[in-house]
Amino acid sequence: MRHTISILVENKFGVLSRVAGLFSGRGYNIESISVGETLDPKISVMTIVTKGEEAIVEQITKQLNKLIDVIKVQDLFEVDHVEREMVLIKVAPPTQLKAEALRLAEIFRGRVVDSSQKTYTIEITGDEKKIEAFAELMKPMGVKEFVRSGKIAIAREKIRQ
Amino acid sequence: MKATGSQIIVESLKKEGVKHIFGYPGGVVLNIFDALYDAKDIKLILTRHEQGATHMADGYARSTGKVGVALVTSGPGATNTVTGIATAAMDSIPIVVLTGQVPTMLIGNDAFQEADIVGITRPCCKYNYLVKDINDLAYTIKEAFYIASSGRPGPVVIDLPKDVSAAQGKFHWPDKLNIRSYHPTLEGNRWMIEKAAEKITRSKKPVIIAGGGVILSGASDELRIFAEFTDIPVTTTLMGIGAFPTNHPLSLGMPGMHGTYYANMAIQESDLLIAVGMRFDDRVTGKIDAFAPNAEIIHIDIDPTSIRKNVDVDIPIVGDSTKVLFTLNQILKDTDKPQWEEIRKAWIKHIDEWKKARPLTYRFDENIIKPQYVIEKLYEATEGDAIIATEVGQNQMWAAQFFKFKKPRTFLSSGGLGTMGYGFPAALGAQVAFPDKTVIDIAGDGSIQMNIQELATAVIYDLPVKVAILNNHYLGMVRQWQELFFNERYSHSYLHEVPDFVKLAEAYGAVGLRAEKPSDVEPVIREALRVRKPVFMDFVIDWKEKVYPMVPAGAPIDQMLFEEEPKTKEEKKLKVIK
Repeated sequence: MRHTISILVENKFGVLSRVAGLFSGRGYNIESISVGETLDPKISVMTIVTKGEEAIVEQITKQLNKLIDVIKVQDLFEVDHVEREMVLIKVAPPTQLKAEALRLAEIFRGRVVDSSQKTYTIEITGDEKKIEAFAELMKPMGVKEFVRSGKIAIAREKIRQ
Repeated sequence: MKATGSQIIVESLKKEGVKHIFGYPGGVVLNIFDALYDAKDIKLILTRHEQGATHMADGYARSTGKVGVALVTSGPGATNTVTGIATAAMDSIPIVVLTGQVPTMLIGNDAFQEADIVGITRPCCKYNYLVKDINDLAYTIKEAFYIASSGRPGPVVIDLPKDVSAAQGKFHWPDKLNIRSYHPTLEGNRWMIEKAAEKITRSKKPVIIAGGGVILSGASDELRIFAEFTDIPVTTTLMGIGAFPTNHPLSLGMPGMHGTYYANMAIQESDLLIAVGMRFDDRVTGKIDAFAPNAEIIHIDIDPTSIRKNVDVDIPIVGDSTKVLFTLNQILKDTDKPQWEEIRKAWIKHIDEWKKARPLTYRFDENIIKPQYVIEKLYEATEGDAIIATEVGQNQMWAAQFFKFKKPRTFLSSGGLGTMGYGFPAALGAQVAFPDKTVIDIAGDGSIQMNIQELATAVIYDLPVKVAILNNHYLGMVRQWQELFFNERYSHSYLHEVPDFVKLAEAYGAVGLRAEKPSDVEPVIREALRVRKPVFMDFVIDWKEKVYPMVPAGAPIDQMLFEEEPKTKEEKKLKVIK
C-alpha cells in the first residue's frame, strides 16, 4: 500500500540526508519527498510518500521515530487527510490546439503563469488523480517540460459530534 | 572562564568523567593535543592506527559500562575510525569519537586531509555533529555523551574544525539538556507486562533468550532472579554471553548457528519465548519461517525498531530490560504462588535429556592441539576470572562455546558487524580500564594480523594482554564453509606462511611463546599468565578442525551438523541429522 508519512524534524543541516539515507540504507523506496519550514523556523515538516506492506511501513515509521532529529512521525494512511501536489507544465501546442490547451487548463482550475509565442506554462494543484488526468490530456499538446513538487499532506480536523 | 576551543573540549571531557582517551594526532587536532599536554587527569593512549583507537574505546566501554572516547585527526584519521564506529553501532556500544576537521572556511573545498566524516558516518552511528561555533562546543559534548549512553546506546561522532578548536571563547558547562525529539522509553507498559506475566504462569515450555541488551542495561541480576524464580531455562546470544552464568543449571548456552543442540531444540519446542534485549539476528534464528514454530513471543527491548523487525511478536514491551524485568518479577511474586517446579518439571527433564544426548564436545587428540582444548585450558588456568576478547571466525565461536562466562562485561566480541581485528585492540582497551585483571584475546592467525600493529601500544603502555593465537594457517571459518558448501574448493582461504608470531612478539618487545603439541598448551598458558607483559601465544592447532554444531545458513536451527565419529569412508562425510 502507498502511505503518506508526515514528519516533523528539527530544522538543522543534514536532517534531509539523515531521513533520505535511512530510506536508501534500508532498501525502502521514496516515491516523493517534499520539505519546508513550518511557522516555527526551528522546525521543518517533511512529507514522504512510500510504498510497502504493513510490516515494512511499521518499520519505516519506527526507524524514522528513532532518528534523533525527528520530533514526530504521523502515518496519514491511518487518518482522513488532504493531499496536494503542484505541477508546472510547459506545453507547445500546435496552433489548432492552442485554445483547447487553455480550455483544459480552465476546466482543471489551472493557471497560465507564463506564455511565449509558442508555449504556455500552466500551474495546477490537486491530488494525484487530478494531476495524472490533466497530464494525460496534455500529452497531445506537445509537453516540453513537466515538473511536480511532490506531495504535501495534512490530516483533516475531526468534527465533533 | 576564558578558554580556547581546545581547552573547552578538554574541560568538557573532564566534566564527563573521562579518564582515558585513545587517539592519534594530526594537523588539525594539534590544538586539542596541545591542550591535553597540560591535562593531568586525562591520559591519552597513543595507538598505532585509528581503527585500533576506536576498538580500544569500544573495549573500554564494553568492559566498564562507561563511554569510551577516541580522538583522531581529519581525513584519513577520521575514515580509519569508520570500521570501529560501525562495529560499535551494530552492538550498541557507547563511544564518542572526536574527529578533527579542516577549518570551516575550507570545508567543502577538497582541502588537504579533508573528508566529509559527518556524511560518511551518518548511516553507521547513533548521531553525529559538525560543530561550527565555539559556543556550541560544551553543550554538544554533553549532549553527545548523553545520546551515546542513554536509550539504546551507540557511537556518536563529533567533528571539530580546526578554527573552532583554536578560537577563543568562554567555558560554560550546561546544567541540563533539552532534546525535544529524543526521549527513550524506559518503563515498560504495565498492562503489557501483566499480560506477559500471565502468559509465563500458563506456559509449559518457556525459554528465555537473553541478548546484549541485558548486559548494557545491567539487568543480569534481575534476569537471574526471574529465571530462578520461575524455573525457566536461559539461552544467551553471542552478545548476551555473561548475562547469565554459563555454569548455571538453567543455562542453555548459546543458540543459533553455532549454538548448542539443547538451546536450539528447546527454542524449537518451546511454547513461549521470552526475548530480553536481543534482536532476533539471522545468526540466531536461522530460517525465519521455521523459527520457534509453536512459540508465542514476549519481546522486551528498549528500541521499538527491534520489535517485529524479524519475527512477529505477541507481547511487545518497549523499555529498559532492568526496569521491565524488575516489574515483571514484582508481578510474578504477587500472583497466587504457582508451584513453579511442578509446572516446569517435565520441561526441565526434557531439556536435561537433550543436554545429555549432545553436549558441547570435541575429539581430543594426543598428537595435535585441538583449539577447544586451548580454550578449556585457558578457562582452567584463569578459573574463569578473566576478560576475554575475541576476533571473528572460528576462534570467536570456540571461545563462546568452551569458555564458561559467569559475569557480564567479561566477553568482548564483535557480534553484529563481525569485525576481524577487533579483539586485540578491544582487549587493550579493557586492560587500560582494568590494569590488574587478566585480559586475553582469543585470536586466529588471520584476524590478529588485521590490527597487529597495536602490539606496540601494548608494550609501551605496559598493557599485559595475552593473545592466544589459534594458528591454522587458514581463514578457518571461510575454509569451513568452503569445505562444507563449496566442494572443498579452498579459494583464497589459505594464508600460506604466516609470520613467526614468537619472533614478531619479541621484535616488538613483547613475549612470544609457542605450543606445538597438546602437552605444551598448559605450560605455555601458565608462563603467559605469569609474566607481566604482553604475550603472543602461538598455538599450532589442527588445521582441519571445524566449529560444531553448525546450522547451515538459511536452514532451520534444529537442522544441525555435528562432528560424527568417522567409521567408514562414506561416514567421514558429514551427516545432516534432525
